[in-house]
Amino acid sequence: MSGIKSFNGGIHPAYNKDLTSGSETVLMPAPERLVVPVGQHIGAPANPVVKKGDIVKLGQMIAEPGGFVSSPVHSPVSGKVISVQPEEHPMGSRIMAITIENDGEDTMVEHQTISEPLEKDPDELKEIVKNSGIVGMGGATFPSHVKLSPPADKPIDFIILNGAECEPYLTADHRLMLENPESIVSGLEIISHITGVKKLYIGIEINKPDAIKKITKALGKKGTVVPLAVKYPQGAEKQLIKAVTGREVPPKHLPMEVGAIVFNVATAHAINKAVTEGIPLFERIVTVTGHGVQKPGNFLVRTGTMVSEVVDFSGGYTDDAAQLILGGPMMGKSSATDGVPVIKGTGGILVLPSAEMLTDAWGPCIRCGMCLRACPNQQNPQLLGNLIEKGLFDKITEDKLEEIVLDDCFECGSCTFVCPANRPIVQFFHMAKAYFRAQKRK
Amino acid sequence: METRSFKVSYSPHVHNGASVHKIMWNVFLALVPATAVSVYAFGINAVRVLFVSTFFAIFFEALALLMRKRDWKQCFDGSAALSGLLLGLTLPPGISTPIIMIGSFVAIIVAKQVFGGIGSNPFNPALTGRVFLLIAFTEPMTTWPLPRGIEQAKNYLGLATTKTADAITAATPLAAIKEHASKAMPNVSLNDLFFGLHTPGSIGEISVLALLIGAAWLLYKKIITWHIPVSTILTVFVIATITHFLSPAKYPHPFFHMFAGGLIIGAFFMATDYVTAPIWPMGKLIFGIGVGLLTIVIRLWGGYPEGISFAILIMNATTPLIDKWTVPGPFGSKTLRRQS
Repeated sequence: MSGIKSFNGGIHPAYNKDLTSGSETVLMPAPERLVVPVGQHIGAPANPVVKKGDIVKLGQMIAEPGGFVSSPVHSPVSGKVISVQPEEHPMGSRIMAITIENDGEDTMVEHQTISEPLEKDPDELKEIVKNSGIVGMGGATFPSHVKLSPPADKPIDFIILNGAECEPYLTADHRLMLENPESIVSGLEIISHITGVKKLYIGIEINKPDAIKKITKALGKKGTVVPLAVKYPQGAEKQLIKAVTGREVPPKHLPMEVGAIVFNVATAHAINKAVTEGIPLFERIVTVTGHGVQKPGNFLVRTGTMVSEVVDFSGGYTDDAAQLILGGPMMGKSSATDGVPVIKGTGGILVLPSAEMLTDAWGPCIRCGMCLRACPNQQNPQLLGNLIEKGLFDKITEDKLEEIVLDDCFECGSCTFVCPANRPIVQFFHMAKAYFRAQKRK
Repeated sequence: METRSFKVSYSPHVHNGASVHKIMWNVFLALVPATAVSVYAFGINAVRVLFVSTFFAIFFEALALLMRKRDWKQCFDGSAALSGLLLGLTLPPGISTPIIMIGSFVAIIVAKQVFGGIGSNPFNPALTGRVFLLIAFTEPMTTWPLPRGIEQAKNYLGLATTKTADAITAATPLAAIKEHASKAMPNVSLNDLFFGLHTPGSIGEISVLALLIGAAWLLYKKIITWHIPVSTILTVFVIATITHFLSPAKYPHPFFHMFAGGLIIGAFFMATDYVTAPIWPMGKLIFGIGVGLLTIVIRLWGGYPEGISFAILIMNATTPLIDKWTVPGPFGSKTLRRQS
């Protein structure tokens, strides 16, 4: 189809979005106790500024940024701090978390609303974004204020909002675009005001025609909605920029290198809420889905709510629930327990029944080349996968391929998805990354 | 609140369902038309050759896996069976059973398992087996019984046929051309070559139409890409066209070169072998051009009437080098080049 933008490579997994795409977002009441990790973003973890016994209000900053590339954390409820100690984190390790007992009042901390944000000084708005703990909500959780501060020698031509939502199963962004299109557009305008960039785009995969319609209407003449081909990973930052602008971000570079900045639609919504309503980021839409839950749906959940509580609220597990994935099936993390909290980047809770779990048996590479055609970054998963499998790390260094492993592969999983020998190529890359990072530290 | 434990695995947690097994089955399916034509043309003899080559390929695969202390049931992954079937398809229909068994042995043990089995062999197993037999058993490997439709075949090329104990044999079109290159050009019907019912040849190579149906299936299922077959056939066609127009009396028509011999089965089913051919599109094109060039050079000026087997095996040797040279720049590298 003409007019539908895309990129080279990629795959077509079963999307399974109809499980939840028609379910309106349901507000989940805050639970009695919330465990709020101080690390919910990429960069330095935040430092707790409350201690056991403190009374906190809803939206009060409870941890301050640990550096420039860092982000504060706010209390998702009002209540009492009952502990500040390491707890289980959804990414698999134990890190510092603030546990709060909810008083059920939702007493909001003192805050400021701005009805005409576009009249305000851009730097003031940027400060609000920074102080509101806004991070990229597509899953990468990169602190948003850093993206809003490009260096002077990198002129920015485009702001692109990412409404692709290419991960199978997930519909959180889809629902947000249907239910809050004006807020997303307002967030985009605020971003445009802060950065001074006038060319505004919102990219949406064409499997969401209702969202395209709503956003197009809300956006009016302020920007352009770009219909995107339904292909994974269409929502990956560099692939989205390629589809929308035709420009390719070079390896090891940030999008600003080609004059683009990308935000998720949910991030734009969060920025709008922070600026116009004075509400920092402490809740998000989570898609609870898969054939391992009784009633799939979309829920507005406070950060710090346990995954087990969210699933319970949605209707519970099925009897054969076997695997819990935080995020989507392509890049989401398989969690050994549901005793971990929802954080700012948790867009989905996917539960697979045992029948849908993949076999881990794999065989030798037959050089079919399917991984090469699937790789959206035109990398060399075939060769590197084989070298890593054999432990030939020196050969990788010798051929100057470690940069590819370390910087260019973002573990989208396309190569592994198509591999007929079922080789765990992403896992190979992950192992090699750990190896080369350790080498560099030496 | 009570928590629950789950099984963990590395992402991605979904798969498209592709398997080595399914790929091999699709290639089998693609070879059904050519096999059917050969069974029709050569009768029970074709069935015998194909059964023996395939059965013993699987047998030797199992034996080698046992000797290497691997799971012997991997012999059913389809790759050994496919090598066996492809070997059978490259043999003359009258070839004796022990020779076929030796071919299967060379294909599976010498060309494949010695190097570490599936995925590790540098040379196409089926063609290694065939070329070994061609060199070791030249006479039976170049004795070509005529297919059915004997009445038309009697006048085939206007050449004398030879009656042996159990069949009427004649030279293949390519061999006939080779013998008569300096004299009058034999009259070969392109129709016969295309449909394949009236010309002698290897079991699988006689019907271009049947092979193309199978090739279309492989392309449709995205099991092979167009690069290798198109560049191979086009190269043969271009050189054949040039030579034909320079000296029509000496060199046959380019369509003859396209339809005669093993070019079609070689280009679509042998040269495209994953393990032994280059992996990147540019590499595949270079490989295909190489195969085409060597094929036509051997056909026109070499000692053998047909050269595709040698051409593919020689190009197999260049695959690692081609692979190294033809890695495309990663995503975004064009931008860097523009900037510098």
